[in-house]
Amino acid sequence: VRMANSLRGEVIKLYKNLLYLGREYPKGADYFRSRLKAAFLKNKDEKDPEKIKQLIARGEFVIKELEALYFLRKYRAMKQRYYSEDKP
Amino acid sequence: MAGKPWGAHLRQVRPPEPAVPPQVRVAPGGAGVQTQGVKHGLNPFCEIALEEAVRLREGGKASEVIAVSLGTKASQETLRTALAVGADRAVLAEVTEGAAPGPLEVASALAALARRLQPQLVLLGKQAIDDDCNQTAQLLAAMLDWPQGTFISRLELESGAVRVQREVDGGLETLRLRLPAVLSADLRLNEPRYATLPNIMKAKKKPLEVIPASDLGVSGGPSRLKVLQVQEPPARAGGEKVENVETLVEKLRQSGRI
Repeated sequence: VRMANSLRGEVIKLYKNLLYLGREYPKGADYFRSRLKAAFLKNKDEKDPEKIKQLIARGEFVIKELEALYFLRKYRAMKQRYYSEDKP
Repeated sequence: MAGKPWGAHLRQVRPPEPAVPPQVRVAPGGAGVQTQGVKHGLNPFCEIALEEAVRLREGGKASEVIAVSLGTKASQETLRTALAVGADRAVLAEVTEGAAPGPLEVASALAALARRLQPQLVLLGKQAIDDDCNQTAQLLAAMLDWPQGTFISRLELESGAVRVQREVDGGLETLRLRLPAVLSADLRLNEPRYATLPNIMKAKKKPLEVIPASDLGVSGGPSRLKVLQVQEPPARAGGEKVENVETLVEKLRQSGRI
């Protein structure tokens, strides 16, 4: 039971972090938030700590993907604006 | 390191890049762009400079990273982001609302702060993406009489010096500069990290000092530069198909292109 409580804290932290990252999502913060909420609600009855940890890991992977997306978007914009005469 | 800050990083608050077609419009009157209500953020080249400074400290090569900005009160938010990325403390040289400092004012403020804080290295973005001046680093180096390495794509600290690779028109140039030095970052120097929520939370405990810009000898007078006009590029005219090469040549001649 103690395990599940600390995991609950981790899950909530993960949700907040994803929500924060989602503010700059290309399709809009609202789009992101509704899908984020749905994804978390889908698993709300999961009790197995191992499965919960896997789901948290999946969420952390999404964080990495979003960071990469934002970096690439900015890099490409800068490259196009300032370096478009460069050889490809 | 006897209490002296080793590395200092200085950046500016600038409007962010739009990810989609421009959300920035010419202001009524045509003497600038609409900045009201437009989301502002850390200049992309300055993000790269900040990332490099933080990496130096993480690698044990620098003892402290200080993020600095010249701007209005709103710049504090951007300095908080810099703290979240990894700066140890921040300093805001505050100007009054409505002031529009340019490279000369920024370089003056940074020079005054550099004399106070005594960093070994000052890292800036090569230019701001709103005015594209590409002057601040150069002005700052001249004011301090420090060597400068601009448009750097690689940085290596040595004892008492820094070796940098510069991206120049003809290719790459490697320089060795004695410290203290001023460097400006180019796009390929590194890939900046994102300021995540946990880091933003931790950054709230880091010190952020506000100093009035006038205390640093930066006059609050109007800019010596006046923007006469800003206009959007002409809308793309439609294309036209022609039947054969002769018609193509004739049309080009008619429009004065050949």
